[in-house]
Amino acid sequence: MRFNTAPAPHLAPTASTRRIMQWVLVAMAPGIAAQLWQFGPGVLINLALAIATALLTESAMLRLRAQPSRAGLSDWSAVLTAALLAVSLPPIAPWWISVFGALFAIVIGKQLYGGLGYNPFNPAMVGYAVLLISFPKPMTAWLPPTDLAATPLGLLDAWSAIAHRAGPAGSSFDALAMATPLDTLKTQLGLGRTMDEVQSGPLFGALAGKGWQWVNLGYLAGGLWLLRRGLIAWQIPAGFLAALGGLSLGFYLLEPQTYPTPLFHLFAGATMLGAFFIATDPVTASTTPKGRLIYGALIGGLVFVIRSWGGYPDGVAFAVLLLNLAAPTIDHYTRPRVYGHPG
Amino acid sequence: MMFTLHRFHGGLHLDAHKEDSSLAPLATAPVPPRLIFPLQQRGGQNAEAVVQVGDHVRKGQVIARGDGPMNPPIHASSSGIVSAIEPRPLPHPSGLADLAIVIDTDGEDLAPAPEERRDYRQLAPDELRRIIFEAGIVGLGGAAFSTAVKTDPGHRAIDTLILNGAECEPYITCDDSLLRNFPQEVLEGARILMRVVGVERCLLGIEDDMPEAIRALREVQQTGHYAGIDIITVPAIYPSGGEKQLIRILTGREVPTRGIPADAGVICQNVGTAAAVFRAVARGEPLIERIVTVTGKGIKHPGNWLTRIGTPIADLVRYSGGYTGTAERLILGGPMMGISLPSDALPLVKAANCVLVTGRSETTGPKQALPCIRCGACADACPINLLPQQLYWYSRADNLQRAEEYHLADCIECGCCDYVCPSHIPLVQYFRAAKSELVAKQRERFKADHARERFEARQARKEREKQERAEAAQRKKAALAKPDASEIQDAIARAKARKRPPESAPTADAAPDESPPAREPAEN
Ligand code: SF4
Ligand code: SF4
Repeated sequence: MRFNTAPAPHLAPTASTRRIMQWVLVAMAPGIAAQLWQFGPGVLINLALAIATALLTESAMLRLRAQPSRAGLSDWSAVLTAALLAVSLPPIAPWWISVFGALFAIVIGKQLYGGLGYNPFNPAMVGYAVLLISFPKPMTAWLPPTDLAATPLGLLDAWSAIAHRAGPAGSSFDALAMATPLDTLKTQLGLGRTMDEVQSGPLFGALAGKGWQWVNLGYLAGGLWLLRRGLIAWQIPAGFLAALGGLSLGFYLLEPQTYPTPLFHLFAGATMLGAFFIATDPVTASTTPKGRLIYGALIGGLVFVIRSWGGYPDGVAFAVLLLNLAAPTIDHYTRPRVYGHPG
Repeated sequence: MMFTLHRFHGGLHLDAHKEDSSLAPLATAPVPPRLIFPLQQRGGQNAEAVVQVGDHVRKGQVIARGDGPMNPPIHASSSGIVSAIEPRPLPHPSGLADLAIVIDTDGEDLAPAPEERRDYRQLAPDELRRIIFEAGIVGLGGAAFSTAVKTDPGHRAIDTLILNGAECEPYITCDDSLLRNFPQEVLEGARILMRVVGVERCLLGIEDDMPEAIRALREVQQTGHYAGIDIITVPAIYPSGGEKQLIRILTGREVPTRGIPADAGVICQNVGTAAAVFRAVARGEPLIERIVTVTGKGIKHPGNWLTRIGTPIADLVRYSGGYTGTAERLILGGPMMGISLPSDALPLVKAANCVLVTGRSETTGPKQALPCIRCGACADACPINLLPQQLYWYSRADNLQRAEEYHLADCIECGCCDYVCPSHIPLVQYFRAAKSELVAKQRERFKADHARERFEARQARKEREKQERAEAAQRKKAALAKPDASEIQDAIARAKARKRPPESAPTADAAPDESPPAREPAEN
């Protein structure tokens, strides 16, 4: 009898890139749910806009580059990029913010470098950084969390805010928007207030900012599940959170009136999203075990630095982008000892 | 007794699929109508036929001989007529043909009168090695390296013999079957090998998912003749049966890169090889049969067969009930490292441990490779602690120098990285291609270096001769004139300078060996 030949190994593979992307999206669910609950349905609209744009852009770019577009789209990486970008945007950011962001992320962040696997920078964070630098005002206008809002936004209200910048029932749009706790902290401390005064404000909750603490808990839960399933390496989130927690603890102990508690840092802004979902983007992160620890720690440290002394309230995007650049070097110097070679 | 096991990096927990074949009792395969013996042995060296077409041969008779200790003889595995010595497809994915001896069996299975039993304790190691060589024994774990050569410690200090019973590839159960059915032969073989190698300690490593085999071995060991032999269960992690991995697990030592196990003070043999050594030494039987696993969803009745070397795969499959309707791929060896064959007309050679016929559900379909997402799963799985994604990157970019820096040459081609890659990149294929290119380059470099050194040595010699001639002429001149004190001083100094060997002057015999150092590949 005759058989077709094939090279070893001959076992059917158990993992696939598409599956990994899908699982990561699933793991985002608790965080997204918390955002939905705390900041209204705007996040869903952002997600829909960004994902649709990303898919259209990806398929157009693949066609332009004469690549098989079905294989390229079916890996779900464009969807994941769009989702990571969308959940970082303010819940009532104007529609073109999501669209532009996704477009930038896919075109500049990913396809111009050669598509999946070849991009040196995290595409979602490229999109986010471009938006933040180009349109700082709509990018920093958040909503108050549900328990502070006079009238929580319904889906239609959110849509009209996103689509034509109109608040519900004739109220002005600007009345809806609000600074984030990290933002408030920064400006208030800048005005010479003490930490106690700042944190007694309505925006601050038991752990960190109201609303934000839930969102962070949501992403933490999803992240732990990713770890359990072995879909991300533990070293990156561990390094990230340890560095951020350690640094903030140190400074807090030294000057509690100038620096917020480590808990605040860990559960504020994009901390958990960044530690488990953004810094762990395999394509752009360090890949050796030791390298990942260093990489994560440097991002965490940089986040603390930017938050404490930098020009932006949250530093996750810039910290990640900066360390993306360093990843190849970190990898080079943290190669593990190979069997049979002296240590 | 407490025994500390050492861990190796990476490795995989794979579905074993061992019960398919291990549940059936060991059966003896009938003599097939036709036996085929390829003359090409390890490393492309051909043995030469010592019989002619038309000759009648007996079971156990030498039919081909090689040209050195690396190339042990081949014996007929049953009696019959040599019907052809002609090119036949080799058990290789290419299906390339090379010379083979074909014997039409006569069904009589005639053998010469059995030799007298020998008491091997009276024999010197060299004599034992000669018997092992003459019996045609090679490593039965898959590498088929000449056992006589591999058991020669040479100048290296060896303190441990390792017997490899850690059959780590899924599906394969031939060693399990051997250990269950012939535990005594294996342990006796271990004693002989200890004597050959000159060690007091033998560690027999066996995976913990082979309880019956462990029990059988321990029972025989109870009889008490086996001082110095330890039976050690190791966790069933692929590739714990890889030579380098097993050495690390059992001794904590590592085979240095580009070295052989002997450099770590150990010599490693497969358990099947040990049994073959026992039969050869104690009973005078050459290596003409071995246990072969026939298994997979493509086989009707999976099991283990005591099979004559030279039996065509098709016959063995027939004895196993034939193929099922879903038979898809024919693999010689295990699913991780085995080679896939184009046809079942190929014969089983000495190293053949398993015929795996996968069903459609078991094998990889045509998988489309996606770009590497640098997830690092491959690096986590690599038992050598390499960075496969980097190696892939450099091999693909033809940056062989970088690939070398990242220790491409240390890859054992175990397939762990390939199997876990979510982008389904055929990593091992890339590594294999890059490695063969590297080897070719190295060969060229060796040749070039050799030529350059010879040239330099010649230049240096000419230079020296010229100088010596000049000096001789001067001495002559000086001898003619009346020597004064200062000239005598000069002459003495000159003589002294000549006596001192010229600093690192290259000579022709200092040139390195032309071929790269020989390496023993892993068993199993
Ligand atoms: S497992 Fe595959 S996709 Fe992941 S880093 Fe290795 S080669 Fe790249
Ligand atoms: S095939 Fe080579 S690189 Fe891949 S896991 Fe095995 S040793 Fe490592």
